[in-house]
Amino acid sequence: MEAQLELPTRNAHFSPRPSENGFPSFNSRLARHGLHPLRATGIDVFQINVGKLCNQTCRHCHVDAGPDRTERMTRQTAEDCIRALELTDAPTVDITGGAPELNENFRYLVDASKALGRHVMDRSNLTVLLLRSQSDLARFLADREVEIIASLPYFLAERTDAQRGAGVFDKSIQALKLLNRLGYGREPALRLNLVYNPTGAFLPGDQDALEREFKRELDRRYQIRFDRLFAITNLPISRFLDFLVETGNYEQYMERLVNAFNPAAARAVMCRNTLSVSWDGRLYDCDFNQMLDETVGFGAPTHIRDFSPELLENRRIVTGLHCYGCTAGAGSSCGGTTA
Amino acid sequence: MSHYYDDHDLSRFGDMGRNAPDLWEKFNDWYQATFQEGSLSGREKALIALGVAHALQCPYCIDAWSQECLEKGSNLDQMTEAVHVAAAIRGGAALVHGVQMRKRNAQLSM
Repeated sequence: MEAQLELPTRNAHFSPRPSENGFPSFNSRLARHGLHPLRATGIDVFQINVGKLCNQTCRHCHVDAGPDRTERMTRQTAEDCIRALELTDAPTVDITGGAPELNENFRYLVDASKALGRHVMDRSNLTVLLLRSQSDLARFLADREVEIIASLPYFLAERTDAQRGAGVFDKSIQALKLLNRLGYGREPALRLNLVYNPTGAFLPGDQDALEREFKRELDRRYQIRFDRLFAITNLPISRFLDFLVETGNYEQYMERLVNAFNPAAARAVMCRNTLSVSWDGRLYDCDFNQMLDETVGFGAPTHIRDFSPELLENRRIVTGLHCYGCTAGAGSSCGGTTA
Repeated sequence: MSHYYDDHDLSRFGDMGRNAPDLWEKFNDWYQATFQEGSLSGREKALIALGVAHALQCPYCIDAWSQECLEKGSNLDQMTEAVHVAAAIRGGAALVHGVQMRKRNAQLSM
């Protein structure tokens, strides 16, 4: 039975069911490939989730973010983050949310990180750039050469709006045109990357092929240019998990993830070189563990106030069934495929 | 047997390797090589497979290749057009046999 699990891969035709008793634990699968226990290799990406406030309510959102959420990072915690960042050599600061730009300390975090010589990435939902209260935001980001990682699940309105809300696609196109006018996606220093994630209970296809398709279609239809497309797998947690369960797709989706386990992707999972800080300063191995309330474990400090590079750089990583989402096929991370 | 098609059976396709493993392996190798990117993209091949699945009316193949098309970035407009291509060829194939009918008619009739 075990041998069948490793039969040829990607195509659903060849995906045997994992077991009648449930899905094999992620750690057991790691152990079979000599990867257990999974440990961090350093902190290259210092990821800060400033809170759950967002001007959108996307159906797949693992943060469960929306306009009514009140969890927001305070100035004190933001300053604690910068003090901790200073203790590391992490070259990249990755700011996310919610819509991170709506946090009153977002611009402080950008400027303080840049002052420390770090590369800054903003995970933007695009439509935030069009809010009246954020009319200077795009220019602010461009002036500081902040890399923008923008969500756009498809190059047509129907599928984008089905996931992200009515009218979001048209606004996203407007925002992308604004960014292009400022030089994003056109000048080397102004990186504009798009995030593709499937608009349903299926996995992302080949990232390079999807990128070619998006580039061709966005240029042909809207004269929009961007740098890279990151294909990200939807992890079975939060709203996306609700969707899977409500539509009867959970079991089949998990089977796809489990059967597509790729040890090369497991070796390259993002949690090994990322530290994730939540709006209230707690520390996590990744943004997904953050949403599951699973702080770093095994003796590592769990709050930014107690930050210690020595105790976190080689920490053992907390894993769960959802981790199969990052190790399926070509792998998945906040920066796209990993294998 | 209460019914002939069960969507869970698709995941048991690998059982076909139990009694003729060499043939199964050859099929797997050929099948996987066929769907590698080549002169046609993987997305184009998946759309062809979807059309063929409809022409054959294989429910397993329709399930699998609908999903594969979505994963490869195709949209419902493109997938629907692929099904129309399959349907048109099937319809045309039936219709073109009308020529045979007409020839037979000519042969038999005064």
